[in-house]
This record gives sequence, C-alpha cells and structure tokens, in this order.
Amino acid sequence: MAKYIFKRICLAIVTIWAVATLTFFLMNLVPGGPFMSEKAVSPEAMAALEAKYGLDKPLGEQYLTYMKDALHGDFGQSLRQRGRSVSSIIFSKFPVSAKVGGMAVVVALVLGVPLGCLAAFNRGKVWDHIISVIATCGIAVPSFVICTFLMYTFGVKLKWLPTLGLTGPANYIMPVVALAFYPMAYIMRLMRSSMLDVLGQDYMRTAKAKGVSQSKSIFKHALRNAILPVITYLGPMMAYTLSGSFIVEKIFTIPGLGGQFVSSITNRDYTVIMGTTIFLATFMVIMMVVVDILYKIVDPRIKLK
Amino acid sequence: MSNKLVDIKDEYLSFFTPAGEVKALNGVSISLNEGEVLGIVGESGSGKSVTAYSLMGLTAHPGKLISGELNFNGHQVEKMSEKEMRKMRGNEVSIIFQDPMTSLNPVYTIGNQIEEVILLHTDKDKAQAKERARELLELVGINEPDKRLKQYPHELSGGMRQRVMIAIALACEPKLLIADEPTTALDVTIQAQILELMMELKDKLGMAIILITHDLGVVANMCEKIAVMYAGHIVEYGTVDDIFYNPKHEYTKGLLKSIPRLDATEHERLVPIEGTPIDMLNPPKGCPFAPRCEKCMKICLREMPPVTEFDDVHYTQCWMNQKEMMQGGTANE
Ligand SMILES: Nc1ncnc2c1ncn2[C@@H]1O[C@H](COP(=O)(O)OP(=O)(O)OP(=O)(O)O)[C@@H](O)[C@H]1O
Ligand code: SF4
Ligand SMILES: [Mg+2]
Repeated sequence: MAKYIFKRICLAIVTIWAVATLTFFLMNLVPGGPFMSEKAVSPEAMAALEAKYGLDKPLGEQYLTYMKDALHGDFGQSLRQRGRSVSSIIFSKFPVSAKVGGMAVVVALVLGVPLGCLAAFNRGKVWDHIISVIATCGIAVPSFVICTFLMYTFGVKLKWLPTLGLTGPANYIMPVVALAFYPMAYIMRLMRSSMLDVLGQDYMRTAKAKGVSQSKSIFKHALRNAILPVITYLGPMMAYTLSGSFIVEKIFTIPGLGGQFVSSITNRDYTVIMGTTIFLATFMVIMMVVVDILYKIVDPRIKLK
Repeated sequence: MSNKLVDIKDEYLSFFTPAGEVKALNGVSISLNEGEVLGIVGESGSGKSVTAYSLMGLTAHPGKLISGELNFNGHQVEKMSEKEMRKMRGNEVSIIFQDPMTSLNPVYTIGNQIEEVILLHTDKDKAQAKERARELLELVGINEPDKRLKQYPHELSGGMRQRVMIAIALACEPKLLIADEPTTALDVTIQAQILELMMELKDKLGMAIILITHDLGVVANMCEKIAVMYAGHIVEYGTVDDIFYNPKHEYTKGLLKSIPRLDATEHERLVPIEGTPIDMLNPPKGCPFAPRCEKCMKICLREMPPVTEFDDVHYTQCWMNQKEMMQGGTANE
C-alpha cells in the first residue's frame, strides 16, 4: 500500500510538472502581450515594463526562473491587480469556492446515493419514475437556468433567501443547491444502474441463501459493490465543484476562484492565468490520487501496481 | 416413512414475467430420506433449479407457488414467513451454486463470508466463529487456512472458491445440501475432486444431498435416486439401477443413448435429444415430450399422461408405460 501511494505521488508530481511546462510555453505562444491595450504604450515604457517583469530575458531562462519560484509557491505578481501576488489572489479566492463546492459535494452524495438506491429498489414503480425525472432535469438543464430559476423564485418572488454575496449561512443555500444539482443527478443515475446490476449478482443470491436478512444484505453486500462507480466519479466531481463554477459565482456574486479565473483571462492577466491553471491542475491531480487510494480501500480487487 | 427429510407433493410453480406466465413446475413430487443423495437431471430450462430453490424459498418474485406442499425437516415451507425461512436457510438447508467465480462477494474476505453464516445461526462470538471458519477450511481441504481467511475471492482459484462455498454451506451442519451443478464451471480434474469431497463430507456429516447436474456419469456414481425432469415434470423417478438398467420413459432412454457407456468414467455431457424443448409460456395440453417422442400416440397429444408406478420408488409419466401396465405386459424395448 505504501509503495502504491509513493508511486502514485511520483506520477502526480510528473503530471503537475508537465502541466506547468505546457502552460508556460503555451502562454508564450499566445499572440499579443499582457501590456497590449487600447491605448498605445510608448516603446520605452513597454521596454521598461518588460524588464520589470523579466520578459526581456531568453525564454529558457524565464522558464527556469518561473519553475523555481513556482516550487516555492510563488507565481509572480498579478499584472493587473497592482501590488498583489498571484498566490495571494489564489489563496484568498480558492477557500471561498472550495467551501461552497465542498458543501455541494456533500449534498450531492447525501441525496444522490440514497435516492439512486431507492430508485433501484423500486424499479419501474412511482419512486423510480419521480427520481428519473429529477435526474434527467439535473443532467439536461444548464446551470445558469437553475441559478436563474432559484434566484427568481426564492430570491426575488418569495424573498426567502438572500441573493447577494456570502454574508450569512442562508446565502449558501442557493449556490450550493445550484452547484450540487448536476452531480447529484449524475450520482443518482450511476447509483441506480450499479445497484440494479449488483442486486442481480450471484453473491446477492448467496447472501440470501445463507439466511442474511434483506436489509443486511443490502447494506453489507450490495452497497459496497454498488458504490464503486460513484467513487470513480468522485475525482472529476470534486475537481468540478471545488474549483468554483464561473456561472454560479457570477450569478450569486460569490468572490471565488472560478469567477476570478475567467476575469483574468479576459484581462490577459498572464501570471494569474498561469498560476491558477497550475494550481487547479495540482488540485485535480491530488483529488485523483486520493480517490484512487479510496477506491483501493473499498475494492480489494484493484491490484497494487 | 418417518425419517423423510424432504417431501414435495404435487408442486406447481409459475413465474409471472412480462411475457406471460412461465409454468416452470407442473406437478413435481420428490421425497428424500435423511442422508440420501438424489440426483436431478434434465436439459436446460426443465425446472431442476427451481424445484430445489423453492424448497428454500428462493424463488420469490416473480415466482409464485400455485399449489402443492413443500415439507422439509418438519417445516411446511410453503407456509413459512420470510423470517422463519431466514432461520432455516444456511442452517438446516444450504446450497452451492454453479459458478464459484461469482457466488462469493468480491469485496469481503473469505473469512468474513464464512464467519457471517456462523454468526448468523449460532451463538458463537467473533473469535469462536473465526476458529470454526478455520476448521471448515481444513475440512474442505484448503491448505494454509489462516492465510486463506484473510484473502479475497479473486485471490483464489475456481476450485478453491467452490471449496469455500462448500465450507460456507456446511458451516452449520445442514440436514440437506443442494448442489446446483456444482462442478459445471470447473476443470475436469477439479470437478472430480470437488465431487469426491462432497461425498466424503456427506459420509462424515450425514447430510442429504440434492445434486442437480447435466452429467449422467456423475449421477451414476454419486446418487441413490434420480429424478429425470422435462418441462417442469418429473417424467421418471427411480433408483440409479431403475434409471440406468430399466429406464421406462422415452426421454430417459434418449438421455441414456446419448452417453457411450453406462459406467462412463469420463464425464460426458448430455447430447440433447433431437428436437427443441417446448415453449414454457404455452405448454401443450398433452405430454410435453410428444413433439420429440418416437413412440408418440394420439392420446399423448390430447392428454397429460398419468403416473405409472412400477414399485414403491420407480414411476414415470408416460402413456406408453400406462398402456403396457394396463395390458399387464412387461415393457421391453
Ligand atoms: N426468475 C425467473 N423469472 C422467470 N422465469 C424463470 C426464472 N427462473 C427460472 N425461470 C424459468 O423457469 C424454468 C425452469 O428454470 P430452471 O432454472 O429451473 O431450469 P434448469 O433446469 O435449472 O436449467 P439449467 O440447466 O439451465 O440450469 C425455465 O423455463 C426458466 O426460464
Ligand atoms: S406420453 Fe407419449 S409422447 Fe409422451 S413420452 Fe410417453 S409415449 Fe412419448
Ligand atoms: Mg439451473
């Protein structure tokens, strides 16, 4: 197990390095520099700016400096937000996104898993149909529609929930629901089909033939097998929800990383783009490693490589 | 008889599927004494498994018992509640299935799965259950039991998994072991070992066995009585000698012709008799074997043949036998 974890971590480091390198060179290929704007900048001023940010040096040297700094968590200064380092921006925005996203993950799991099971146990009956309608909506309806719907109904019409910012606990409800809806629907579907599959397995019949009660055979024998596809989905899901959704953050005015990332792109804030990309890539890779290890714990058939 | 362990009387059982009512059992009667071995043979879909499973209440939904009595070990199984049946399953009657690869839960250790049934039916504590599981693994001939207890099913070979299934089945020393094609999924050499083990354990523990198989060779070597099933009927029932040396039903005769020698040591699989089995959704009025029977008479198509009893044990369901019986002649081929 320790060896497996060690290997996975080494692989993760290589992946992160590759992403960082790729990001660095791609950013340099993009036509137009960070200081291009509507207003013409004099050549002298441009040269001074480039010297200040080290952009006059050869590319190889820039790369080495960048990577060395990045290793220490220093992604340079923001080009647009004067006096703020990229890391400080990421570390002020990410926790906001992660908090909303984390709650969404919990909600998606807590609702998705039992509802998916419920649908499987009542296959073809009323509950199955109701849940299938919810699941289809959750998967098909784009998040801005859900956000707008929530905002309009509970915020504007009924005035039950605050619509701006993240000032109190009630502020979290709508963004969390909006963010959780898709993964919840997805988990419901995964859980339903894998539970149906497991219920038809021979080992479930064995359990019954041993005299195991129905509830125990579901909790002990079925659930642990049926949850495996959900665990696989956990990695991409956490990456998607925790990194902050641009749409949800924009609509509910949440000062999170998702919104920040998009505005840094429109602003051509190169250092922020690069820093955020590398940070998010690292975060996703870590999530994948964690999920792989979790999977290994739940399913002993996964061989230690 | 007083020591009758199993007594199934005239069982009718159907599966209510979306396509219609599948009449899986149409008047099946089986009786078995303690410590006896009964073989059930017949081609696929003839109702062998359903007969055995119904005795454990394992045919619930969409299966439904239409009529008949299921007596087992003093219970009237057809009247038992689910809860009562739970106490019986794995305890008084156990089963081993065809495919040991899929019959064990992949995410729990062998030890866990053996201990589960012990903890369920005895008042042993965890440590005692573990000790018993160890004993059982030794009993079924698995080496290094301590190591095996901690292993997962995928770490064991097919033969070993079937031994584990046997260990689970025997954990509470059942009165009856149902073996549903226990060796079909295994290599030939392993097959012989598993069957030998079953017979050895039967002698040691004195349980009765219902052995379901396609393999007439196995039946000849292991069983005392044989039920030949066709389309949800027991078309012939008798001792091994009756079936092998004095078969009466046309279907049984066909089965026997399909193996080269009666004492075949190499286990030949049944070569199906010419023709296709009947559609269980729309069974014919008369003898279900009529479309494939060389001796088919007019009455066979019109009416289900009655039971013809040759002696206490041996009986068939065939018009031909009935006719011969009426004429008082002995049936000679
Ligand atoms: N769960 C079920 N739902 C619907 N029909 C069923 C079900 N189980 C069994 N049957 C039907 O009952 C009949 C008897 O099946 P059974 O499994 O007893 O056959 P078998 O003799 O054991 O055959 P095999 O040698 O293939 O195991 C078949 O026609 C089968 O289609
Ligand atoms: S009843 Fe008639 S059709 Fe059926 S097996 Fe006997 S002779 Fe053949
Ligand atoms: Mg079968």
